[in-house]
Amino acid sequence: MALLEIANITKTFGGLKAISDVTFSLDKGRIVSIIGPNGAGKTSFFNTLTGIYKPDSGAITFNGKSLLGLRPDQIAARGISRTFQNIRLFADMTVIENIMVGMHVHYKQSALAILFRLESFKKEERESEQKALRLMKYVGLKNVENELAKNLPYGAQRRLEIARALAADPQLLLLDEPAAGMNPQETEDIIQLFRNIRDKMGITILLIEHDMRVVMNISEDICVMDYGVKIAQGTPAEIRNNTRVIEAYLGRGAVAGQHEEKMQ
Amino acid sequence: MVSSYFKELFDKVNQGPLAYILITVHVIAGTYLVYTEPRSNLAFLVLITSFMSLYFFQADVRFKLFVGAVLALVIIPVVGVRNIFYLEVIFQISVFAALALGLNIVVGFAGLLDLGYVAFYAVGAYLWAFFGSQQFYVLHYAPGTQPSDLPFLLPGDAFYMFLLVGVVIAGLTGILLGLPVLRLKGDYLAIVTLGFGEVIRVLANNLDKPLNFTNGPQGITPIQRPTMPDFAVDWFNTIFSPLVGHPISPADMYNLMFYIYALIVIIVIIFVTRRLDDSKLGRAWTAVREDETAAIAQGIPLVRMKLTAFAVGASFAGVMGVLLAASRTFISPESFSFMQSIGVLTMVILGGSGSIPGVILGAAVVTTLNLQVLQGFSLYLNELRQSDAVIPVINFAWKDLSTQLDPAKYQKLFFGLILILMMIFRPAGLIPAKRRKRQVAPEESK
Repeated sequence: MALLEIANITKTFGGLKAISDVTFSLDKGRIVSIIGPNGAGKTSFFNTLTGIYKPDSGAITFNGKSLLGLRPDQIAARGISRTFQNIRLFADMTVIENIMVGMHVHYKQSALAILFRLESFKKEERESEQKALRLMKYVGLKNVENELAKNLPYGAQRRLEIARALAADPQLLLLDEPAAGMNPQETEDIIQLFRNIRDKMGITILLIEHDMRVVMNISEDICVMDYGVKIAQGTPAEIRNNTRVIEAYLGRGAVAGQHEEKMQ
Repeated sequence: MVSSYFKELFDKVNQGPLAYILITVHVIAGTYLVYTEPRSNLAFLVLITSFMSLYFFQADVRFKLFVGAVLALVIIPVVGVRNIFYLEVIFQISVFAALALGLNIVVGFAGLLDLGYVAFYAVGAYLWAFFGSQQFYVLHYAPGTQPSDLPFLLPGDAFYMFLLVGVVIAGLTGILLGLPVLRLKGDYLAIVTLGFGEVIRVLANNLDKPLNFTNGPQGITPIQRPTMPDFAVDWFNTIFSPLVGHPISPADMYNLMFYIYALIVIIVIIFVTRRLDDSKLGRAWTAVREDETAAIAQGIPLVRMKLTAFAVGASFAGVMGVLLAASRTFISPESFSFMQSIGVLTMVILGGSGSIPGVILGAAVVTTLNLQVLQGFSLYLNELRQSDAVIPVINFAWKDLSTQLDPAKYQKLFFGLILILMMIFRPAGLIPAKRRKRQVAPEESK
């Protein structure tokens, strides 16, 4: 059974169809990319999946249970974590606190335990601090646990956002343009990190990405969207040669000229 | 720059035994000045700023606690009984500090701008005012027409229970208000809370018919006080009378008692605030303040977290309301005006939104400015006006000075100026909020 099953979802804003009748399924343990030109509906797709938008029609099932009608925090608690296209950290909190907020769904202590500093509360805090530190190390952040998130350099902020998303122990990780603005070395590192997350932690990854080096390198499956419609899905090799995809990216003329381009 | 020069100077003295000496000197000097000059505002300012020395200088925590306890439990009661006005100032500072701490949870931690916060204070105050007075038997009389021999509904000692009831009822009011309102953000939330604050005040003003719940604009009086334990009276008289120099009257004793109660409430509130702040709850509040979308994506239920912030903040105001009603034995709607909400907000912003020592300092500064500095200045000008003194150089007789220039009348102007200057030069407040640094213990081997 697929981990995530999306059937015929549609989402319109006024007269604009941001997502139009998209059907998509994702198996456990895979790394899949969603690509498409700007405005194709990729981020809207993520937002619908995480409950920020309510789809007009269609069905979303995760682990066999419907996600429709759930609030974003409930969906997060079901095991879907995400990062954002324009990094959204808690800027005035420290790095370690950012990650600890990511563990929110796992805290079990009652108000009484908090007020009276019971042993169980202290233990939980200590363990979550240690887990946060482990995650920092895992994504490659060192000795910055007490820095404010806003003071980190750009690449580190991206990594912190990933660590925060991992803190919830998700089953599915949604990454919105994680390699945007990174140099080739950083991109290489982050690809390695994603592979690691999937292989070692067993987390399924769905990512939106414009950087084709990343997409072609890492994806086992690629879903292409254009104007809210899913126009293709397949392996990197299939997508590379799909005429509709090339049309969407480069225009109709490009398909005709593709042959000549290859000759050069 | 001047400020960096002072900072260096401060860092230089703020270490080793010098810090201890300075704290002690400050406390003793303040005490001596107030003791010898019981009417001087300046002397009193020296004394209460010693709390700041206590906070800013580096010293052992036990030493600080000890000095703080001596200040709060011995020195202030003694000088307070000698000049009851001082005790009143300190009591008001404590009340407003509690309100500011409550509003700080809503505004400072969770980032929800609440312009009607004083409504919860009113809820607490009217709660005890109703149950702790004759009001229950006045229900069917129009204000002013009730017979004078009505019994009281509850004994004065029910006050203690009502401190808890006040917490619960104000908290519930917070939730009740929050439920429809908290889906709003920013400006909209501010406007609706402003409206709610006014609704409560108008209700208090008008609920004197058809059933007379609040006695309208005249307010409710007398409100009962708890009885004072006998041993406390004896104890106080034996220990403090020699220091004060005369036997302590029952009225003074009550003022002292409410001062102590306010102190206890403040300590509990600080304790609760600190513990909540340093837990998943505090982190979730701050996360909501920083970025709602990101917070909800981490599984934080927005509405529930905001409601909790509202309820906790409201409950602090509720308990202080109960305390206020009992200590004043009289309350009326005008104590809960919009300006009061703004005043508390000023304390939070001035002191440092989100910072516990900050908002307490904010409450102290605004209250002393209000009650002491401006009033004292007004009194001083009045004295000059009555004398034959003349301003040199421009040759202007003080007695020709218009009473319109009375500083106490310019209270709001000063607030406005303070806020503008703060926003320009120190937007994070007098004592800005700091995130706690965590020392993560090494992993236990498994």
